[in-house]
Amino acid sequence: MAVADHIPTADYLALVRRKRLYGGVILVIFVALMASGFQVADARNAGGFWNGIAHIFDFPKEILSEAARDWRNLPGFLWQFLPSLIETLNIAAVSTLFGSGLAVVFALLSTRGLALWPRATPVFRRAMDIMRAMPEIVIALVLIFLLGGGPVPAMIAIAFHTTGALGKLFSEVAENADLKPVEGLQSVGGNWLQRMWFGVIPQVAPNWSSYALLRFEINIRASAILGFVGSGGIGYDLKTALQWGQGKYDEVVAIFLLLIVTISVVDHFSDRARARLVKGGKIA
Amino acid sequence: MSMTATTADLRATVTRSFARRKAMALAVPVAILAYLAYVFVAFDIAGIASRMRPDNAAVLLSDFWSYKTHVTRDNRTGAMSVAIEGERKGTWPTGTAPDWVTLGETPRVALPGSDTITFVPDGAVIERADFGRIEVHSTGRAITLTLPEGAAMPEWISASNTRVNLSGEGWRFSMTKARTEVFRYFPGWELFFFTLDSPFHGKSLGEIVALALWDPRLDPAHSNIAAMARDFWSNAMWRHGEVVWALGETALMAFLGTMGAGLIAFPLAFFAASNFAPARVLRLGLRRLFDFMRGVDGLIWTVILSRAFGPGPLTGSLAILLTDTGSFGKTFSEALENIDAKQVEGIQSTGANGLQRARFGVIPQVAPVILSQLLYYLESNTRSATVIGALVGGGIGLLLTQAIITQKDWEEVSYYIILIIAMVMLMDSLSGWLRRKIIKG
Repeated sequence: MAVADHIPTADYLALVRRKRLYGGVILVIFVALMASGFQVADARNAGGFWNGIAHIFDFPKEILSEAARDWRNLPGFLWQFLPSLIETLNIAAVSTLFGSGLAVVFALLSTRGLALWPRATPVFRRAMDIMRAMPEIVIALVLIFLLGGGPVPAMIAIAFHTTGALGKLFSEVAENADLKPVEGLQSVGGNWLQRMWFGVIPQVAPNWSSYALLRFEINIRASAILGFVGSGGIGYDLKTALQWGQGKYDEVVAIFLLLIVTISVVDHFSDRARARLVKGGKIA
Repeated sequence: MSMTATTADLRATVTRSFARRKAMALAVPVAILAYLAYVFVAFDIAGIASRMRPDNAAVLLSDFWSYKTHVTRDNRTGAMSVAIEGERKGTWPTGTAPDWVTLGETPRVALPGSDTITFVPDGAVIERADFGRIEVHSTGRAITLTLPEGAAMPEWISASNTRVNLSGEGWRFSMTKARTEVFRYFPGWELFFFTLDSPFHGKSLGEIVALALWDPRLDPAHSNIAAMARDFWSNAMWRHGEVVWALGETALMAFLGTMGAGLIAFPLAFFAASNFAPARVLRLGLRRLFDFMRGVDGLIWTVILSRAFGPGPLTGSLAILLTDTGSFGKTFSEALENIDAKQVEGIQSTGANGLQRARFGVIPQVAPVILSQLLYYLESNTRSATVIGALVGGGIGLLLTQAIITQKDWEEVSYYIILIIAMVMLMDSLSGWLRRKIIKG
């Protein structure tokens, strides 16, 4: 009889009510944060939101009309800025190469079960956290002061951040690797390098390459932005053309075109390649 | 017969495949090496050595952990001033000086060791314990240097007709016709808590605690602890108040941009997912739109938006919002395509309409994916907001670039860097904690 007194439905409904209450409270806090955040951002901005939204197409219209008037110049500009674009791509590629190389080392040294010095894993983890947290622009600007302009500061800055970002992802992949091959290699006397090279790398290579490709996409964008603050590449040309202002808007459009096309093409191919690497050929 | 043929075929295939793999194993490193060699030339790595500025590195490193105090005499008016980093806001009030400077007729600066520099009317006398007495005088047109008798010119002195420079461990001296200056270096970040005009400057930690808790008020109008907070907040040298605002702006840019993008992308993702889209044209159109928004990239959005909205955090958050709407639209619609249709059918069998099916059949399935994406982007956008802030002129990114461009306030640069790293790491652990909490329940 005592069992019948206890109505599970009531408990369930209470649970649902409590969940809804929590959900409602979180929603209210979220909406309040968004609204007040927007107010603050709007108040601290030079131009207001509602004023700006009316003029949002002014600049695109201006540059596009100038480009439409001087459309004959465009192919010439595209050709002229190609070397800068290649430099931007080179910065991204080299920093991805170096960054992922270092990330492999850091990831293996900081993964439980694989680390060469198990006690030192927290050290490498913290090091990666700091590298990841360091925005590229900080290192780039300091290095520009020390090394002068050019692509090298941007390359080092991006590689530094890449090491931290990829190292964490690589280490997460390596954590899930099967340890049996490693134990097998150990039983036949393989040293640490051999265990990693023949036991771990073949298992994780597809996922690691996929992450590295994704990083390459991100790094192209980063490299273009760093050009804007003083390193070489197409970002720098964009800055120069923008500072000149009217009369060079056709150059601005040419640079925008180059950037958009490059990023889209690289994204597209890297998407396909990554799908092949991790899903075995299927593409969404 | 056929059996042996197959075996032979198989053997041939396997051998070929092995040969191909061997070739690949060699070709990939060779290709990478060739590429690096090309980049070595293209980036002019060899020329770095000549462009490098080791003196800048020395300035930067010493500035990171030390500060200098300038003791200056204007040789035309004879006015003395003592200023930290030579800045107006770090100047000691007239008639006061740190304890290693003795003001008076002939002001004297005590240096590390038992060395001293004395300002005399037409020059200065430098006493070095291990070298002797060096005199520098301004005689008419030229500046003359007198070394102790029989001493050879040491490498720490450089002298010409118009300028004499001396340097030692932790100090420098320079004299021109216009001014005589001594710089003394000390470790640490000076005036970090209170500037010279604050009554709390120069107090020890114990005194500060005593003042804050039980000592009588220094200023009858405010309690000591409120006065301390005010003096710290409005510290003119380090501008803590502005820095905190700037950090807040950066975090705000990331928050508004990420969450705004999520709010816009989520409903759109339904129309871009193949199992929900009402029309194929709409789906493909939205997909291209998402691709376009990602392809245009933050840099270009920033440039375009700055023209319309001017510099500030709103522009930065809108730039993040536009870029991430593309990324979210793509990932959210992929998540929607991968849901289990059975759950939706079950809800439908109870007679639920489209909105109810979405609310109870779809959202519970995709919520963990979407929330973890949002939180991941929130963390990564905190870092991007620093960079975008530098471009649009808002947040800590702006303060950082300004401090770097002046090329002298490196202690402020390091202060900002430490704060940025702390903020990003905090966001990282916060978003990781929330993700674990939400996804595992």
